[in-house]
Amino acid sequence: MVTTLVPLIVVFPLAGFLFLGLFGSRIKNEGLIGAIGSGVVGLSFLSAGWIFLSMLAWEVSDRTFSVELFPWIASFTGNPASFVSSISYRIDELSVLMTLIVTGVGFLIHLYSIGYMHGDRGFWRFFAYMNLFIVAMLNLVLADNFLLMFLGWEGVGLCSYLLIGFWYDRKFDVGGFKPGTASTNDAAKKAFIVNRIGDVGFLIAMFLIVDRFGSLNFDFVFGAASVLSPGNVTVFWIALLLFFGATGKSAQIPLYVWLPDAMAGPTPVSALIHAATMVTAGVYMVARCSIFYALAPDALMIVAVVGAATAFFAGTMGLVQNDIKKVLAYSTVSQLGYMFLAMGVAAFGAGVFHLMTHAFFKALLFLGSGAVIHAMHEEQDILKMGGLRAAMPVTFWTFLIGALAISGIPPLSGFFSKDEILWKAFSSDYGSPLLWIVGVAGAALTALYMFRLVSLTFEGAPRYDTQHVHPHEAPRTMTIPLVVLAVLSVIGGFVGIPESLLGGNAIEHWLEPVFQRAHAKLALQSHESGMTEYILMAVSIGLAVAGILAGRILYLRRRDVVEDWQKRFARLYRLLWNKYYVDELYDAVIVRPTVNLSERLLWKWFDV
Amino acid sequence: MIEQYLLSLAIFSPIAGVIALFLVRPERTGLVKWTGLVTSLVTFLLSLVLFFRFDPEMAGFQFSESAVWIESLNIGYRIGIDGISLLLIVLTAFLTPIALLGTWNSVTQRLKEYTMMVLLLEVGMTGVFAALDLFLFYVFWEAMLIPMYFIIGIWGGQERIYAAIKFFLFTLFGSLLMLVAILALGYQASIAPEGVFTTDLLRLYEIGPTLPATVQLWMFLAFALSFAIKVPLFPLHTWLPDAHVQAPTAGSVILAGVLLKMGTYGFIRFCLPLFPEASIAAAPWMSALAVIGILYGGLVAMVQTDMKKLVAYSSVAHLGFVVLGIFSMTEEGMQGAVIQMVNHGLSTGALFLLVGMIYDRAHTRMISEFGGVAHVMPVFAVFLMIVSLSSIGLPGLNGFVGEFLVLLGSFNSDVLGTKVFAVVATTGVVIAAIYLLWMYQRVIFGPVREEGRYHGQALKDLNLRESTTLAVIVVLIVWIGIYPSTFMSRSGPASRAVVKKIEQVRSGSGSELARSSEAIRTSPPQP
Repeated sequence: MVTTLVPLIVVFPLAGFLFLGLFGSRIKNEGLIGAIGSGVVGLSFLSAGWIFLSMLAWEVSDRTFSVELFPWIASFTGNPASFVSSISYRIDELSVLMTLIVTGVGFLIHLYSIGYMHGDRGFWRFFAYMNLFIVAMLNLVLADNFLLMFLGWEGVGLCSYLLIGFWYDRKFDVGGFKPGTASTNDAAKKAFIVNRIGDVGFLIAMFLIVDRFGSLNFDFVFGAASVLSPGNVTVFWIALLLFFGATGKSAQIPLYVWLPDAMAGPTPVSALIHAATMVTAGVYMVARCSIFYALAPDALMIVAVVGAATAFFAGTMGLVQNDIKKVLAYSTVSQLGYMFLAMGVAAFGAGVFHLMTHAFFKALLFLGSGAVIHAMHEEQDILKMGGLRAAMPVTFWTFLIGALAISGIPPLSGFFSKDEILWKAFSSDYGSPLLWIVGVAGAALTALYMFRLVSLTFEGAPRYDTQHVHPHEAPRTMTIPLVVLAVLSVIGGFVGIPESLLGGNAIEHWLEPVFQRAHAKLALQSHESGMTEYILMAVSIGLAVAGILAGRILYLRRRDVVEDWQKRFARLYRLLWNKYYVDELYDAVIVRPTVNLSERLLWKWFDV
Repeated sequence: MIEQYLLSLAIFSPIAGVIALFLVRPERTGLVKWTGLVTSLVTFLLSLVLFFRFDPEMAGFQFSESAVWIESLNIGYRIGIDGISLLLIVLTAFLTPIALLGTWNSVTQRLKEYTMMVLLLEVGMTGVFAALDLFLFYVFWEAMLIPMYFIIGIWGGQERIYAAIKFFLFTLFGSLLMLVAILALGYQASIAPEGVFTTDLLRLYEIGPTLPATVQLWMFLAFALSFAIKVPLFPLHTWLPDAHVQAPTAGSVILAGVLLKMGTYGFIRFCLPLFPEASIAAAPWMSALAVIGILYGGLVAMVQTDMKKLVAYSSVAHLGFVVLGIFSMTEEGMQGAVIQMVNHGLSTGALFLLVGMIYDRAHTRMISEFGGVAHVMPVFAVFLMIVSLSSIGLPGLNGFVGEFLVLLGSFNSDVLGTKVFAVVATTGVVIAAIYLLWMYQRVIFGPVREEGRYHGQALKDLNLRESTTLAVIVVLIVWIGIYPSTFMSRSGPASRAVVKKIEQVRSGSGSELARSSEAIRTSPPQP
């Protein structure tokens, strides 16, 4: 029963994609398209849920198994020593959790899209692409080998490309382009290409793995790796190259630049792909390959530093954005940084925990912003909003819950997962107080930019044309997902209440078998929690509250102070506003020289 | 009876169409087209019979035929196929009707002669892949040159004469050197113990590897130059963009789809098994040229203003992957190269068809003349997207299978002993994404041009004939991408045999090159 369900998880959305892709243009009934598109994802969720419930009853050793369908890429020379890979799915504690997140949040967002995309000329095309995305994402998380994971990895990149550029005839300002000259497709193309740069790392890592271990199968490779001793040079390069791939997909320094521009896509896309699921693929990959990182402490440190730095810098950039979705985008980059920080201090379980809670509250925030954008007739500038609280109560309250969750206010979900990461950043053998300081500073920034957003959008006096714009609450198909996600944002953290707060930390125990090999290798000391943990906890809560208050006071009552600071620290403000000029730097150092080389030297001069 | 001559039948069956066409009055264009199409479909069916009768478990050549031709020189009509030639013959037989169907209304002048040329070309191409006698191979190789020359020179674009002559001279120069090498090789066979002059490939397979290293190297170079021009390998590629841009669409489809593979096929069939030591010695150089081609072809494709030229340069990059795989001399690399040949035939063939289809409508191929075509030609947009993604090497589509195996083979190659080539070539996947997606964006996306008119022409979406042609290719693109076993398990034993030959030479009592240099070092100075 369960083994037949596994491929079905993928087959349902695949069938949805094929059906909508081939016949969708002929179906005039939006309801039917929406029902098919969401229904297939719902069926996937139910299948995964069934498997999950079965697993709960099983022995730990039975929870991991693979279902092989057919051989995929191989040399086919009949030589048993030559390369083989299969289309083969793996169920274990981690993959089933990821599948539940992808299909669960995915289902809610599909449902929301029925209302959000209502009346769009490409309604069927949207659902076809979204189904295809789910197929690719499920291949990514369910693959039992690196190559099939790469199929999902590039597949989600394709869907991201197609959906960012969904409204293919619209203008959109993209970083690195002159204002007013770029289109949504420039953003899409940028996303795809930046991701492909990361994928080069992924590919070379796979070649190295085959070179070293002779296979790409997870079980085989990780088993072979677990007998190696720490400090292995090949494994270090494998780990580093895989992480480079992850910086592309999960928008970390140095390849984060595509994600803010990815907001050109319809808002449900931003919620599903660019917040809840696809961008966490890199985190999932590092978690999946935890044994590699356990064998390469240097790589682990690089992951931690990049994660912490991204968490902080993305937070500073989010502070000055005026586009509601771009604030959330930088926030996503920053939160992904926390997940990598967790990975880098060998707190793999905590990273996956934050991945889950973030999927709930960030999807909620994006969907809420979508409701706002709809109500404001496609306006995204928060300086032209204000006072929407009264007109859109459901959106406001759910958005507020999301904002409190991400800010780390107990007992909401974000508090438990973020606090776990900060504690491990401080206390782990691979952590340091410095990482904690950067992390906690980022947490304060998070609370500040989130409540700047809440204040400017929902509170105060309206700054829009009240004569012509009459904001209204979103339809039921949109508010129901908001409410469900809000509930999950509140209670989602209870599965990970730490022992120090008298919880069971169920999620980390659930995931423990997946990270067993890595933990055995790392020989982590268990640290007495004691007073330190409570003090650190109190500090981070205090900073979050301070951030919230500052956000409210500065942007509701004392805007003059903000304006004064903008003048006094004009240079810093410009630096942040221009996102540290990173897009411009890449353009000048990489893009333009390449085009010039190709055009002037190679083609027009050399090639005759 | 027919069983025995099945391969010959497949090679020469298009001749029947040529003869039939002699009897058709040229004004009856419908009949001319249908005669061409039906003939090529019959040939395709015959190739499918070969495909399904072929025993993938069996090593060596199948459907072999042998007949004396020039007795005194021991030249014979010797044909036979292994899995590699099988795939290329099926590809040829597949692309010919596709090319005819995809350009049904594109040719209006001298249609009858044109159809005859395409069919003759098919005979030459299939013969090249089936020949097991070097002289016979040479005859087919040259024979195929003539119809291609006419197709470019008569039915081509504005500067067709220049392009045709350039194509002809480049290829002829290479093949003359090859002829000299063939004769020299036959001579070497005659001076072997109890030897006679021969061009029998199977006999020469035994002779070639025993030749002294320097002799091997010269012969390798003569063959390799001829093949490298055909591939084309950087820096011998400059005939290609001109030939492609000027050729009519069907010509481009066949040129890219099949003709270029003659070069890479030549490396596998002749260079490696005949001159294994020279091939091993040349492997780093060939790999270096292949990698340069991958980057160079991609970068130059990126800045093209003409869609067809862009696709032409992308061919240089794609064929670079094939050469890289061959000279990795690993099973993965060789199999990757073989399937990449098929992939390139499908993807680039389809790209040329698509460019041809939009050219037929707008009478321009300049990228800057388009934009927002998705609004007026949505079906075209979908096909162009799928085919571009295949060309980019997206996993799940065919291109990735070949590229991945090629890079993996090169990365882990013992012969090369360095990972540099594979690492640098891997960056080529980024460049491919840039030039194709950028072209796609400028042609397909953006706001629609004034009232849907491009270059003064209203664009109509693809009709049923065009969509069907492309859909057939797309089915194969997905099939190879998801389940390549159908095709690769047939070429597997053949690829393994080639690699094994190289391995035997390497693991044998030291290579000839090493031995000879060893001999020089250890031999005492003569008094």
